[in-house]
Amino acid sequence: MFPEEVLEHVFSFLTSHTDRNSVSLVCKTWYEMERWCRKRVFIGNCYAVNPKVIIKRFPEVKGVELKGKPHFADFNLVPEGWGGFVWPWVVEFAKGYPWLEEIRLKRMVVSDECLEIVAKSFSKFRVLVLESCDGFSTDGLASIASHCRNLRVLDLRECEVEELSGHWLSHFPDSFTSLEVLNIACLGSEVSFSALERLVARSPKLKTLRLNRTVPLEKLSTLLQRAPQLIDFGTGSYSAEIRSDVYSSLKDAFSSCKNLKSLSGFWDVTPAYLPVVHSVCSQLTSLNLSYASTQSPELTKIRLVVLDCIEDTGLNTVSMTCKDLRELVVFPSEPFVGDAEVQLTEQGLVSVSQGCSKLQSVLYFCRQMSNSALISISKNRPNLTCFRLCIIEPTVPDYLTLEPLDVGFGSIVENCKQLTRLSMSGLLTDRVFEYIGTHAKNLDMLSIAFAGDSDLGLHHVLSGCDSLRKLEIRDCPFGDKALLANASKLEKMRSLWMSSCLVSFGACKLLGQKMPGLNVEVIDERENLNSLPEYAPVE
Amino acid sequence: MTPPLLDGEGGGTGNASLMTSASTMESVFQQSPGLTERNYLGLSDCSSVDSSAVSGMSAVKRNNLNLKATELRLGLPGSQSPVRDSDVDLGNSACLDEKPLFPLVPSKDGICSGTQKIVGSGNKRGFSDTIGEGNWMFGSSGIDSDGSKSLVQGKFVSNASVSGKILPGTQPAMINDAASKVSPQEQTHVTYGASVNKASASNPPAAKAQVVGWPPVRSFRKNILATNAKNNDEVDGKPGPAALFVKVSMDGAPYLRKVDLRSYTAYQQLSSALEKMFSCFTIGQCGSQGASGRESLSESKLRDLLHGSEYVLTYEDKDGDWMLVGDVPWDMFIGSCKRLKIMKGSDAIGLAPRAMEKSKNRN
Repeated sequence: MFPEEVLEHVFSFLTSHTDRNSVSLVCKTWYEMERWCRKRVFIGNCYAVNPKVIIKRFPEVKGVELKGKPHFADFNLVPEGWGGFVWPWVVEFAKGYPWLEEIRLKRMVVSDECLEIVAKSFSKFRVLVLESCDGFSTDGLASIASHCRNLRVLDLRECEVEELSGHWLSHFPDSFTSLEVLNIACLGSEVSFSALERLVARSPKLKTLRLNRTVPLEKLSTLLQRAPQLIDFGTGSYSAEIRSDVYSSLKDAFSSCKNLKSLSGFWDVTPAYLPVVHSVCSQLTSLNLSYASTQSPELTKIRLVVLDCIEDTGLNTVSMTCKDLRELVVFPSEPFVGDAEVQLTEQGLVSVSQGCSKLQSVLYFCRQMSNSALISISKNRPNLTCFRLCIIEPTVPDYLTLEPLDVGFGSIVENCKQLTRLSMSGLLTDRVFEYIGTHAKNLDMLSIAFAGDSDLGLHHVLSGCDSLRKLEIRDCPFGDKALLANASKLEKMRSLWMSSCLVSFGACKLLGQKMPGLNVEVIDERENLNSLPEYAPVE
Repeated sequence: MTPPLLDGEGGGTGNASLMTSASTMESVFQQSPGLTERNYLGLSDCSSVDSSAVSGMSAVKRNNLNLKATELRLGLPGSQSPVRDSDVDLGNSACLDEKPLFPLVPSKDGICSGTQKIVGSGNKRGFSDTIGEGNWMFGSSGIDSDGSKSLVQGKFVSNASVSGKILPGTQPAMINDAASKVSPQEQTHVTYGASVNKASASNPPAAKAQVVGWPPVRSFRKNILATNAKNNDEVDGKPGPAALFVKVSMDGAPYLRKVDLRSYTAYQQLSSALEKMFSCFTIGQCGSQGASGRESLSESKLRDLLHGSEYVLTYEDKDGDWMLVGDVPWDMFIGSCKRLKIMKGSDAIGLAPRAMEKSKNRN
């Protein structure tokens, strides 16, 4: 047995939460040691545990990460007011963790009162990351700005903020110089530009700056000149009259950013201004053009996010030029129009899978797919870890053979042995779930919609996928049998979401009774048997 | 492959009792013998099952209201969780004694025929119901109860090829009780395709009917893209489709919803969709009049219906005033509507005259 100091030192190298959790299971001594030196806590489901329990177990925590609503809340499937309130946590943290430095929240409801408590309770507070959160206004942001003297990160990722005024930025005192990350891209209304400019000018450590759409292109060079050390930059609206002075000053400003690795923003692109970015292209690792409906991505990068306006031809170019591409995201420009005018098909993805040998992660929206394409992709890229395919019309079959896409997805799970995340679409029968249960042994998260024929499908997944922790299902004919037959599996998972399936209220009740370790929740907006989402987190 | 479901998979001695209880529970919901999971798409069976199931559900729910409250759930110490607890009573008591206004089989209330665009189900009905309403795939409903190919009523979106978008061949196979694998019926496809092409040739492609939350694109992205498209298209001189999401709330209901106003072209469609979303909301006999659904509901007719019902649909306009829905032409309405609210009729009495005055002033 090692002395405590040695153990503690060894543990300090463990940063992954799963490692730390494993370590604390070894023996009582290790549990005690580990809990005293854990600095960061991750709670993947805020309803899985009580904040008081966390504070009692981990007294020395400096950073907390919490997730609230289920993933499908992003797509309007979770009613508003469902939950995910961070208030009770913040109240406890204010009492139990006075030295708290970092709070990271995803899909949680954060009120202005919460933000005020955060701002006033933690004198060493440094990092606030709110991802897909809502419930607060610019007043809450003003509290943070006024009181967090040591703030380094203010990162609002895709939040819904009630925008009462753009002057919250001015609440950062003149003496405040520690800012490293500022992401306000999700704000719709204007922030005070002069306050922004002065803030940027007095933040020598600023590494990430993501502006919102209201910052005009003409003002970009001013900001960039003040922050040539930026690593991650998000433009505002990228559109302006074509003027040579604007063009050249922007070009110079970009060229002076020697450390720039990531670009995003690009709302309302005026294509003539895109070439100013070319000077930094070769050093970029991430490029997000998902708000720009243009077609020009001859840029080398590792992570590319675009709209389907890039079309198959654009993706073909990507496959030839972006040899280091790791992640490809293609969003639909017109998701609700049945007939697409953009020429983006399965071909684009196949090309990229052929040409980009490092490709690991795909999120792809398209309107047609074939089994043969999926098979090709799986054979080209057995190193895929995340494959999310959304064929825009539900239950669409292989467009060549009119068969279900079972075999294609089956090939994906069979060949891509390291696959941890999979989202499927198109016409799928129970057979695809048989393939998944048989082969997808490393699968951590699975999203299913409008698929399957019977409980057998769900049973294959629950009984076969050994690593499965997150499962979300909508509009599938899965009922009680498979769920109840695999109840013990649910305890090993983080969450299960089922909506518009065939789960009965009785089965949910039963599950809740028989499996006390599970939280079984029925969200009932109408009196309808078939409207039973169920969110089953585990301790 | 015989289903191993009932062989105690999942481990533990509790399983046998779980299975028994499950089937007992199932019988509470009176599933007819012919209706197994695999046959759930058999629409002909739906009507009798569902109406009884719904009433059965009411009974169970009534008894179980308290049970839910005591169910093992993490009670949040904060003050912001009461909504979650009270909604059990609120939502249920409001709806408990209401008969379902939109029974689950479309043919029963006549919505299926006609030019009414089937909009995305804001509720969580079973898969069969959404198929039955014939939304996204076919653009309109009208599937025969034996599940065979339906007539497509001109809203079908097609680029004149059979590829990918036509599923009748596969659908009957899915409906089949037998465990046969899904296989397209080629001949059906060809003829079906032909008829579809004819139908679509004479009708311009319409925006698809929407299913809630599909495709899985986040709402802020939907709006942004739409605005982009609109801006770009306007430059090119083409009209662009822009999504217009507004929140819909209802007095007494704890949950808000969002709807895309541009996915409807008339008040009737909007009210039908909202009716589906908020089952306790009555907009009169709008739905059951659907036999004559071919004629679109005029604004004045809507106003009359509204006055006759318990709930009225109101909206907040750009000036911040609350107006009755239905007073102004549709295009003017979507141009000025910021959010919707389903109010009790008694609360909305003062609105009508103002709304009419206001539109007069505008005109």
